[in-house]
Amino acid sequence: MASNDEVFEKVREALVDALAVDDSDVTPAATMVGDLGAESIDFLDIVYRLEKAFGISISRGELFPDDILTNAEYVSDGKVTASGLAQLKARMPFADLSKFEQNPLVQDFGNLLTVNDLCNYVKTKLA
Amino acid sequence: MRWFWIDRFEEFVSGQSARTVKNVSLSEEHLDDYNQTWPYMPPPLMIEGLAQTGGLLLGQMSDFKARVVLAKVGRASFERLARPGDRLTYQVRFLSQQADGAIAEGTILLNDEPLGAVELVFATLSGPEFEKVELFQPHEFLRMLRSMRLFDVAKNPDGTPVVIPEHLLAAEQAFLSVNCP
Repeated sequence: MASNDEVFEKVREALVDALAVDDSDVTPAATMVGDLGAESIDFLDIVYRLEKAFGISISRGELFPDDILTNAEYVSDGKVTASGLAQLKARMPFADLSKFEQNPLVQDFGNLLTVNDLCNYVKTKLA
Repeated sequence: MRWFWIDRFEEFVSGQSARTVKNVSLSEEHLDDYNQTWPYMPPPLMIEGLAQTGGLLLGQMSDFKARVVLAKVGRASFERLARPGDRLTYQVRFLSQQADGAIAEGTILLNDEPLGAVELVFATLSGPEFEKVELFQPHEFLRMLRSMRLFDVAKNPDGTPVVIPEHLLAAEQAFLSVNCP
């Protein structure tokens, strides 16, 4: 079982390679989109690098459950509904959704994920 | 000027890998545009050659219906220059595929010697904003594929030949019936 530091170092390496950012930019609290500049296509690259680095398989929708955000059942007036939030929490136990919950605008969801969330996700896959 | 940066397919295994060739010629004006005193093939156009090779490899998986673009270039290294009279070989192998794109490794050979390596990320454009976007006219697209002799070599992983998709044949037939009755 990889230690927290080992997981972080490998995640950092994957992000540095995929996003051409400096090592020092990749901190646990950094958000993928806002701080590290990840665009949608970068996630394809990041997923591949994580799969390779950790020998895991990541299916689409597991790390970014965007199907919930495009489902009318879970979105109302541009905001994720209570049942939508419950779905997100169930699907993303690795992510800290507390801030997002305060004003769950769909447009802000893309900038939710942090490096720490990514490390937590990898740890759940390795467990 | 034609934006074709490969001349011919040599090998094509659906969903897996493809190999193409590009012959560098002094008649190509871009060689002078890039360096007037010492003409050589611009490396960015080699990346485009790899992108066309891999883009067609990915596009074929949807019978060329998906809108495939080169989204990103990772590491790219070039060890030597290709000059007029040289033959470039582009090899693309998929490392990973998802519904929205593919990761590929591209290698370039110069007269069968290693020249360079490029990491490529392809994206499939989907969503309502792209629904009415056509990247190619289907009959012209098929003519290009025929010119590059893709269907002469294309095979499925089980060895059976890749056939020309019906929708491209229909578009070609419709074009010919109007323009060459």
